[in-house]
Amino acid sequence: METSQEWETVIGLEIHTQLATKSKIFSGAATAYGAEPNTQACAVDLGLPGVLPVLNEQAVTMAVKFGLAIEAEIAPYSVFARKNYFYPDLPKGYQISQFELPIVGNGHLDIDVDGTTKRIGITRAHLEEDAGKSLHENFHGMSGIDLNRAGTPLLEIVSEPEMRSAKEAVAYMRKIHELVRYLGICDGNMQEGSFRCDANVSVRPLGQQQFGTRAEIKNINSFKFVEKAINHEVERQIELIENGGKVVQETRLYDSVKDETRSMRSKEEANDYRYFPDPDLLPVFISEEFKSQIKAQLPELPNARKQRFREQYQLDDENAGILTASRQLADYFEFVVNESACEAKLCANWITGDLVAALNKADLDITESPVNTQRLAGLLLRINDNTISGKIAKQVFELMWQSSSTADEIIAEKGLKQITDSGAIETIIDKIIADNPDQVEQYLSGKDKVFAFFVGQVMKEMQGKANPAEVNKMLKAKLK
Amino acid sequence: MHNKSIKELASGLRSGEFSSVELTQAFLARIKQHQSLNCFISVTEDLALQAAKLADHRIATGNADLLTGIPIAQKDIFCTQGIKTTCGSKMLDNFIAPYNATVVEKLNDVGAVMLGKLNMDEFAMGSSNETSYYGVVRNPWQTDSVPGGSSGGSAAAIAARLSVCATGTDTGGSIRQPAALCGITGLKPTYGRVSRYGMIAYASSLDQGGPMARSAEDTAILMQAMAGFDPKDSSSVDMPVPDYQAGLGVDLKGLTIGLPKEFFGDGLSGNVAAVIEKAIQEYQKMGAVVKEVSMPNLKLAIPAYYVIAPAECSANLSRFDGVRFGYRCENPQDLTDLYTRSRGEAFGKEVKRRILMGTYALSAGYYDAYYIKAQKIRRLISEDFKKTLAEVDVIMGPVTPSTAFGIGEKMGNPIEMYLSDIYTIAINLAGLPAMSIPAGFAEGKPVGLQVIGNYFTEDRLLNIAHQYQQVTDWHQRSPKGFE
Amino acid sequence: MTLTADDVKKIAYLARLGIDQQDVESYTKDLSGMLELMTQMSETNTDGVLPMAHPMDQSQRLRVDEVTEQDNRNNFQAIAPQVEEGLYLVPKVIE
Repeated sequence: METSQEWETVIGLEIHTQLATKSKIFSGAATAYGAEPNTQACAVDLGLPGVLPVLNEQAVTMAVKFGLAIEAEIAPYSVFARKNYFYPDLPKGYQISQFELPIVGNGHLDIDVDGTTKRIGITRAHLEEDAGKSLHENFHGMSGIDLNRAGTPLLEIVSEPEMRSAKEAVAYMRKIHELVRYLGICDGNMQEGSFRCDANVSVRPLGQQQFGTRAEIKNINSFKFVEKAINHEVERQIELIENGGKVVQETRLYDSVKDETRSMRSKEEANDYRYFPDPDLLPVFISEEFKSQIKAQLPELPNARKQRFREQYQLDDENAGILTASRQLADYFEFVVNESACEAKLCANWITGDLVAALNKADLDITESPVNTQRLAGLLLRINDNTISGKIAKQVFELMWQSSSTADEIIAEKGLKQITDSGAIETIIDKIIADNPDQVEQYLSGKDKVFAFFVGQVMKEMQGKANPAEVNKMLKAKLK
Repeated sequence: MHNKSIKELASGLRSGEFSSVELTQAFLARIKQHQSLNCFISVTEDLALQAAKLADHRIATGNADLLTGIPIAQKDIFCTQGIKTTCGSKMLDNFIAPYNATVVEKLNDVGAVMLGKLNMDEFAMGSSNETSYYGVVRNPWQTDSVPGGSSGGSAAAIAARLSVCATGTDTGGSIRQPAALCGITGLKPTYGRVSRYGMIAYASSLDQGGPMARSAEDTAILMQAMAGFDPKDSSSVDMPVPDYQAGLGVDLKGLTIGLPKEFFGDGLSGNVAAVIEKAIQEYQKMGAVVKEVSMPNLKLAIPAYYVIAPAECSANLSRFDGVRFGYRCENPQDLTDLYTRSRGEAFGKEVKRRILMGTYALSAGYYDAYYIKAQKIRRLISEDFKKTLAEVDVIMGPVTPSTAFGIGEKMGNPIEMYLSDIYTIAINLAGLPAMSIPAGFAEGKPVGLQVIGNYFTEDRLLNIAHQYQQVTDWHQRSPKGFE
Repeated sequence: MTLTADDVKKIAYLARLGIDQQDVESYTKDLSGMLELMTQMSETNTDGVLPMAHPMDQSQRLRVDEVTEQDNRNNFQAIAPQVEEGLYLVPKVIE
C-alpha cells in the first residue's frame, strides 16, 4: 500500500470475557457450554414475570481480581444499570450491565511489539450478563432462540484508543487473554465464545490530533480474525476517504469467509438504550478489606514472572516469554527445574522445544501432558549426567510420550545407555578408518568437512549410544 | 362464619365447630352468590377444597398455624404455580405460572386455603380497578362506585366477606386507597419487608406486597406469615420479624402524632376531613399528643412518581414480547411486527400511557431533566419524612381526598385519576410503612385514616390501628346485602 | 412542554408498542398533560441533591456461586407461544 504512510490507524478494543463461574451472574443456572438448548435457562434467565436477579459473589471477586492485576481503580461503589433494547436473544428486553459507575476503572497493561514495550490504557471493565443465541437454521422461515448463554457473566474490558496497528491490537488482545487465564477468571476458549472482542477502528492523516470517525467491528472471536478484520477495515476506510467519501459511525460485522467487513444495519436503528439504574439490584460496595483479601490471593502475574525467569534462570527473552505465556506452563517449568536440579536453560529448551511441539501436535494443553514434570525431570537428569546424548534423549522422550515408563526404565529396557568405554569406541574407529581409505585421504589433504562423515559412521555403528564428545576427541587423535 | 375474625375461626376449627372444608365451601358459595362484584379473576374451587382437607388434617394432628384452614385470596399479581396468573392483563390471559411467588409459598406453607385470584388494575396501574382486562370491580358499599385500585378486587372481596383476608400490593397507594374506599384495614409494609419474588413488577423500587383484612388483628396475623427475608429478592431486608400479635396490647399514652398541613389543604373534601379529624380526636382521648408539621416537598410526589414509576415500568414490561410466554399476535411478519403488535394488542391504554411516559423520560436528552430530577425530588421527599419522623412517632392524615367515585367518572381524565393518590404516593417514594384504617363514613361511603410510621415499625402501626379498633367499630360494619 | 404526534410515534416505536392511529392524538394530549404536571419539579432547586434510586441505602447482597437450578425446559416451554426442538421460534432474525 503506497498510501499507508500518510494515514495513522487508531484502534480501541472492547473485550468480552466470560467469567469462569459455575452459575450465572444473576441466577443459579449452570454456565457449562454445550448443553441442549434452553436446558440451562432458568426462570430468571428467561425473564419470566416476577422473578428477580441476585448477584453472584464470584463474578464480583473475579472482576476485582482483574482490576487489581491491571493496577486499576476498584470502585468502592458501583451500580448495575439496564440497557434497553428489543432483541429475541435478550429475554427481558434489557441487558443488566454497568454504565455510569463500573466496578473497575482506569488501569493499564504493557504489551511488547517488535521488541519495544508499550503501555495501553484500560478505561474501564464492567460486569454484565451475556445474551442468548439466535440460530438461523431454517424452522419454516423462522429463527430458533437458545437462552442457555443468557445470564452468563461477562467482564467487558474497554481499552483506550491507543493502539496504532492491527499488530498492536493483537498483542494487546493476547496479553489480556494470557492475563485472564493466569488469574483463572476465564477459560479463554475462543471457539466457544468465552473470549471475544469488538474493535473500534478509525483512521486519520498522520500528525492530526483529532480522531477520525470510527466504525465498530462486532464479535470477533480469533486473534487471526482481529488482525484481518482490522486491516480490512483500515483499507476500506482509507479507500473510502481517498475517493472523496466519508466514514460513517456504524456497527460492522467481520465475515471471515469472505474476509470483509459489512454494515449491520439491523443493529443501527434507534440506538437509544435508555440506561438507568436497575431498581432490582442495589449498589455494590467494595471494602478495602475485601480488596486486600483478593489481592493476597493474586498469583504472580505474567510480566513479573517473565522478568523473574530472565533474572533467576538466566533465560533469554523468547524462552521466558513462551514459558510465562500460560501460568500452567510456567509452573511446569519451575517444577522440572526444582525436581531435576538441572540447568534451567536445558529445562527451558526441552519444554519450549520438544514438549510444546508434541503437545501442539496432539492438540493438548500443558495440563493434559502425558509426560508429567517428574518424568521429564528424570529424563533431563540423564542428559545432564551423560547417561544418554541429546539425540538419544529425543528417542527416549518419544517412548515416554507413548507409555508411562520413566526415562531410566526405557534406557535400561532398550539398552540406550551411552557407551563411554574408550576401548569399544577405539575398535570401531579403527574399523571405520580401515574401511574408508578414500575419505581418510581427503581429510588428510585438508578437507575438514569429511570429519563429520567419520563421526556419523561411528555413531551409526554404535547406534548413537557413544558419547559424541569422546568420539570427536578420539577420531581427531587417530586421523592425525 | 364469614363475619368471624381469624382468631375466632381458628378456634372454631380447633373445637370442631366447623371444618376448614365447610368454611371454604361457605366462602365459595358467597363468591358465587356475589359474582356481579367481579372480585375474582379465577376461583380455584377444587384446589381450595383439597387444601382445606389437608388443613383439617393438620389441625387434627395439632400441627397447625393460626392461618391453617383459613380461606384467603391472592391478588392476581402474585405468581401461583400451575394456576393462571394474569396481572389483570390480556397479555397474561394464558399465563400459567411455573412457580410460586415467595408470598404464595409462605401462605401455602402455613396451610392457608387459597380461594382464587383477585381482580386488579392491569399490571397494578390504576386507582379504580377500571383498567383491568377482566372488567371493573364494584364497590360493595355502593355498587356503581369503584373499589379503588389497584388492589380493588382484594378490598372489595374482604368488604363483601368473600374472603377472610387477602394479599395486595402497593406501588403508589394500591393497598391503602382501595382499603379506604372499601372500609377495610390495609398495611403497606416498609420496602423490603415482604419479598417481591414472584410478584409481577410494576415499579420495582416502589412495589411492596402487604396484607389486607377487616381488622388490624387479622392484618397482623396475615402480615406475620407474609413478612421476612428472602434470598431470592436482592431488595429484601435481612432483619428479624417481630411478633406482630404480641405487639397489639400497648396503650397509646404519650404517642406523638404529626399532622402535615399539606395533607389538609384545598384538595381534601370537607366530609372526609371531618371524619379524619374525629378519628384523630379519638386518639387524643387515648392519650396521644397531636402536633402540626410541615413537609414542603410533598406536593412534588405526584410528578416525581409519574416519572419514576413509568420509567421503571417501561423496562419491567419489555419482557412481555410474545416470545417465551403470554400473548402473541397472529402471523407476525417480522420481529418488529411481532413485538409491536403483540404488545399493542395485549396492553391496555393506561399501561401503554405509562410505558410511553417512561420511555420518554429515559430517552436521550430527557434523562437528566426528568428521571434524574425526579430521583433528586425523591430524596427531598424522603428527607422531609425523616425530619418529621424524628419529631413525632407517627404521621396521620387522610388516605384519599374523597370517598369512592363513580365508575367511569375519571376514566376520561388520567391526570385527575392520578391525583386521587396524592396522599399515598409520597410514602412509596420514601419506602416507609403506612396503614389505612376504617375511620367512618361520608355519605354512606367509607373513609380511611392513614397512619405512617418510621421504617420497620409495622408492629407499632398495627397496634395503633388495633387500639383504635378497640374503641370504634367502623371496621366491623358490613355493606348492605353482604351482612 | 408539549409533545407532537410524531414524538409519540417515535417513542412508541422505541418501546415496540403498537398504538392505533386514532389513539395517537389522545396519547399526545395525555402525555403532554403529564409533562405539564412535571414542570412543577423544575421550580424546586435540587443542586447538590443526590439522586435516590432506592428507598433504602443498602448494599447489594451477594449469592454464593452454586448451581441451584435444574433443567425445567419442559415446564417453561409448555407456556411458550411457539417452540421446536427446544428452541423458542421467532420471525427470522436478520444479522
